[in-house]
Amino acid sequence: MERVFMKGCEAIAEAAVRAGCRFFAGYPITPQNEIPEYFSRRLPEVGGVFIQGESEVASINMVYGAASTGTRSMTSSSSPGISLKSEGISYCAAARIPMVYANVSRGGPGVGSIQPAQMDYLQATKASGNGGFKMMVFAPATVQEAVDMTFAAFDYADRDRNPVLILCDGVIGTMMEPVVMPEMKGDAEIAAIKDGKKSWAAIGHELDYAKRGWIQPGNWSTAVMQQGNEEAAAMYDNWQKNDVQVEQYKVEDAELVMVAYGISARIAKTVVDKYRADGKKVGLIRPITVNPFPYEAIENLNYGQVKTILDVEMSIPAQMLQDVSLAVKGRCPIETCLCSGGNIMKKEQVMDAVAKLI
Amino acid sequence: MEKIYARTKGLRPDVVSGFCPGCMHSTVIKLIGEVLEEMNQMDNAVAVLGIGCCGLHMEYMSYDNVTAPHGRACAVATGIKRANSKSLVYTYQGDGDFASIGLGESVSAANRGENITVIFINNGIYGMTGGQMAPTTLLGMKASTAPKGRIAEEHGYPMHMCEILNQLTAPYYLERTSCNTPQNVLKTRKAIKKAFQNQLDGKGFSMVEIVTSCPTNWGLDTMKSLDYLNEKMLTEYPLGVIRDNG
Repeated sequence: MERVFMKGCEAIAEAAVRAGCRFFAGYPITPQNEIPEYFSRRLPEVGGVFIQGESEVASINMVYGAASTGTRSMTSSSSPGISLKSEGISYCAAARIPMVYANVSRGGPGVGSIQPAQMDYLQATKASGNGGFKMMVFAPATVQEAVDMTFAAFDYADRDRNPVLILCDGVIGTMMEPVVMPEMKGDAEIAAIKDGKKSWAAIGHELDYAKRGWIQPGNWSTAVMQQGNEEAAAMYDNWQKNDVQVEQYKVEDAELVMVAYGISARIAKTVVDKYRADGKKVGLIRPITVNPFPYEAIENLNYGQVKTILDVEMSIPAQMLQDVSLAVKGRCPIETCLCSGGNIMKKEQVMDAVAKLI
Repeated sequence: MEKIYARTKGLRPDVVSGFCPGCMHSTVIKLIGEVLEEMNQMDNAVAVLGIGCCGLHMEYMSYDNVTAPHGRACAVATGIKRANSKSLVYTYQGDGDFASIGLGESVSAANRGENITVIFINNGIYGMTGGQMAPTTLLGMKASTAPKGRIAEEHGYPMHMCEILNQLTAPYYLERTSCNTPQNVLKTRKAIKKAFQNQLDGKGFSMVEIVTSCPTNWGLDTMKSLDYLNEKMLTEYPLGVIRDNG
């Protein structure tokens, strides 16, 4: 396939279209406006539907409705807009509705700043809405990864009948990089995917109570509710066993291991190379899925050799640190290298943080 | 002997209605079922249920339905209809759902002229949560959150959704009916059928606002609540066709 030069947000939208996404609803918020703008041009070309919702709340609920018909559907926003979508995301999770959304995250809390940040980690991985549901959460570190993850996200969403989140920082969303796009799914394949959901989709059914499409984000019966929660918990456990994605970079002999995701990981990787050139034993663990989190990779480090873990993230206070701590289990000190509020992590800051520890 | 009347197939035959005595939800959902059967649309219908008493029949509806988050039914219906335009999609919402928390979604869907049908149940109060004040609560009407009754200076005035939507260009059909008399039940049935037919004909947004009683939360028995509906509710909310572009 041909390499093309694309902005992250537009590349995400194109990847979604190629994965068979035929419905998008969204609301303007910086720095992700290029996603809805791209969809508004692109979806009509492939017989899809784009709607600019009257709010983030309406947009996620349009997606809830569209995805309830079995149509591959997506929304996107940035941090404060994602908070507004929380209710609808929780409904999708409860009703087992597959859909994909992207958070091109910015500084927070509150309206925060429009510059890139990684301040929605806990919201994304632990509590994206009420009720304790979880999602697969992918954290791209390059535009190419954002493309590949978005393309795959629809398959994961359909496999699990659950929402999937692309947790992008504003850097990935707004920078341009060369990418290779996946092959466009054909109309027949997209129709077959939709047909596969016919039994449960709200599309009208033969008049029979047992066969009706019932999109049910709750139940009067506490027993039914608990059963649904137990099934979801089992699914989350399976992700932890089967779906963790992690990059381990030069950790075999490392004495200092950085843990970073998204754009921070990319900067940390540069720092690893700089120190390795000087013979310093520095490595990097990069969670690619931040949920399920790669606890095992961190847990299985040789703590006779690793002297310090350095958590690098664009959030103050640190958030991923909680997951890192769960894996380290007090076997070595964990230091942090942080920035926030829209400040982008600088290589020099990470260099300095490492210098103090080796 | 010829069977000339049967319960609509839209509701499971073995389940007794969960609505309070004198509640008109039972009447309206029966009418919707009958109309869908008559129009041969039961296997093509998708109901989007609001939160509140509107969703109480989800367990025993026989056809497809989606429960929307509180107030978001028109947005959910928009998504369903746009993604699968052949479905007959209607929302079933109360006044708290449609006119309070969902006002933005309701007005915006109407303003886009979405090709959906709204069945809006206006009983002037929150039912399921126990009688709190709604945007449609009458002046002087007591509510659990307005113990002295609705006061204009503090709470503003009852909202007239048909008239508000009538300010927009896009809506195709807006009618206010009631189920207070056998005649009005038949008029409501006719209005629902017309609203559904509009959608099948691709005419755009139709709404039937049905003024109903809530004996439980009005604190009145079924007969007195009917009197209250006739004397007070229908004075504030006069029945009739507000707009018909057909």
